Amino acid sequence: MMTRQQIYFHKSLYFTYFIPKANYLRGIPSFENNERKDEVIPLDVLRVQNIEATYQAENGEISALDKISFVVGKGEFVSIVGPSGCGKSTLLSIIAGLLKPTAGEVFVNGEKIVGTSPHIGYMLQRDNLLDWRTIYKNVLFGLEVRKMLSPENQERAVQLLKTYGLYEFRDKYPAQLSGGMRQRVALIRTLAINPDILLLDEAFSALDYQTRLTVTDDVYRILKKENITTVMVTHDIPESISMGDKIMVLSARPARVKEILAVDFEDENRTPLTCRNSPKFRTYFDHIWKELSADE
Amino acid sequence: MIRFCQIAVLAIFIAQWEITARLGLIDSFILSQPSRIWQTFLNMAQNDLFMHMGVTVYETLVGFLLGVVLGTLFAIALWWSSFASKVSEPYLVVLNSLPKIALGPVIIVIVGAGTQAIIFMALAISLIVTVLEMLNGFRHTDNEYIRMAATFGANKRQIFTKIVFPYNISTLFNSLKINIGLSLVGVIAGEFLVSKAGLGYLIVYGGQVFKLDLVMASVIILSVVAAVMYEAVALLEKLVLKWYGH
Repeated sequence: MMTRQQIYFHKSLYFTYFIPKANYLRGIPSFENNERKDEVIPLDVLRVQNIEATYQAENGEISALDKISFVVGKGEFVSIVGPSGCGKSTLLSIIAGLLKPTAGEVFVNGEKIVGTSPHIGYMLQRDNLLDWRTIYKNVLFGLEVRKMLSPENQERAVQLLKTYGLYEFRDKYPAQLSGGMRQRVALIRTLAINPDILLLDEAFSALDYQTRLTVTDDVYRILKKENITTVMVTHDIPESISMGDKIMVLSARPARVKEILAVDFEDENRTPLTCRNSPKFRTYFDHIWKELSADE
Repeated sequence: MIRFCQIAVLAIFIAQWEITARLGLIDSFILSQPSRIWQTFLNMAQNDLFMHMGVTVYETLVGFLLGVVLGTLFAIALWWSSFASKVSEPYLVVLNSLPKIALGPVIIVIVGAGTQAIIFMALAISLIVTVLEMLNGFRHTDNEYIRMAATFGANKRQIFTKIVFPYNISTLFNSLKINIGLSLVGVIAGEFLVSKAGLGYLIVYGGQVFKLDLVMASVIILSVVAAVMYEAVALLEKLVLKWYGH
């Protein structure tokens, strides 16, 4: 049984699946007058195709992800929600290249991803700032590991610190900063490697509610300003609506894509806080709530 | 107040020792007495006390450094290869519970009766403890940190040098503190078995010729030496942690 959105989604998937071919064919004269010629086809930054994941448990093989496919365009923010334990984090780990999928592929800028990629930044729930490094040294961590510690990249890291109000704390240690600031440092550490795609894995759930609202607002601004493509996993429905351009709802294990919901607040300068005050917020919330509860 | 009481306890202990000895309540031939220990100490200081101290300290430091360096290297190897670690586990457990002093005769036969045997004894005592302690620390490194490093594509060497090792600086210093004591145990035990110099030699010699003043004075000097070495490690720890920003 398919919902309307699912059919929509499958069509869209079918469509995007052929994009590289279409791009390729466009160069060939006989296809120049193809009916697609005036369609604007944005290049997908991230394409996840038929990802399946199974793992061994005591009572046999358990399937965690069932043919997950979706595409994310440049600068888009996709929130992924789903019942707890449905494999949301597994999906992110696969996209990040930390886990190998049982089947399926992940493409970034059209290139297949094997292992971790410098194009992908991954932010975990905990900030994981290293206590023994100063803020500045923490920010450089990713560059150091990736052997990208060039003067330009260091200058970029300094600029990020300056832009987001952390420059004066560069010589402090993580223990001297508040939870919200630490999370921002962790974000800058991830952005310092200049990723095209940012994965957020419940990145704000360790913060208290107040801090969380401010930090999501800050982070949202940063991401939009830097035009970063983002995929966020969360169990917090309001958070998914307030930040996402699209919301992908996953079913209970084995996770399938139930729906991809486009979020539109008809506001050019939306921020998570203004979204929360919008009358449409409630509608989206109820919709997603229903989708999630339908599983139980 | 605490410091005052600490000193008071020591002063009272020494005073009652001296008084009971003078009153003949205890036999100062067997238990010695503070004033005689002091005399012996002054006498030793004019002779070769510093040579004996130097020998003991030298042997302890060599055994200690070897134990720490080799032990840490072993621990790194075992952290690196879970296969090697699984294979060696029963051996480490047995070696750890074996009283290393039982190996004394074997060590003497193999490396010869002399300074080498004493250093070997110190090494034998401290090595396995270091391996176990460091390995345990490495394994208990916060997994989230390692995951974070993995998201940046860190390889095993980077994970070790940038996360696991710095994370375990305090484990390292704990093991240094234990080791400085254990090395001293090894050195004294070694000097009991074979030696012509060192504080352990003085203690054994004093016992054999029934000069309990010499034994007591040596024991007291030994405890001062042990305390100074321990404090040196603690000071080093403070400096390193400050430099590391803990």
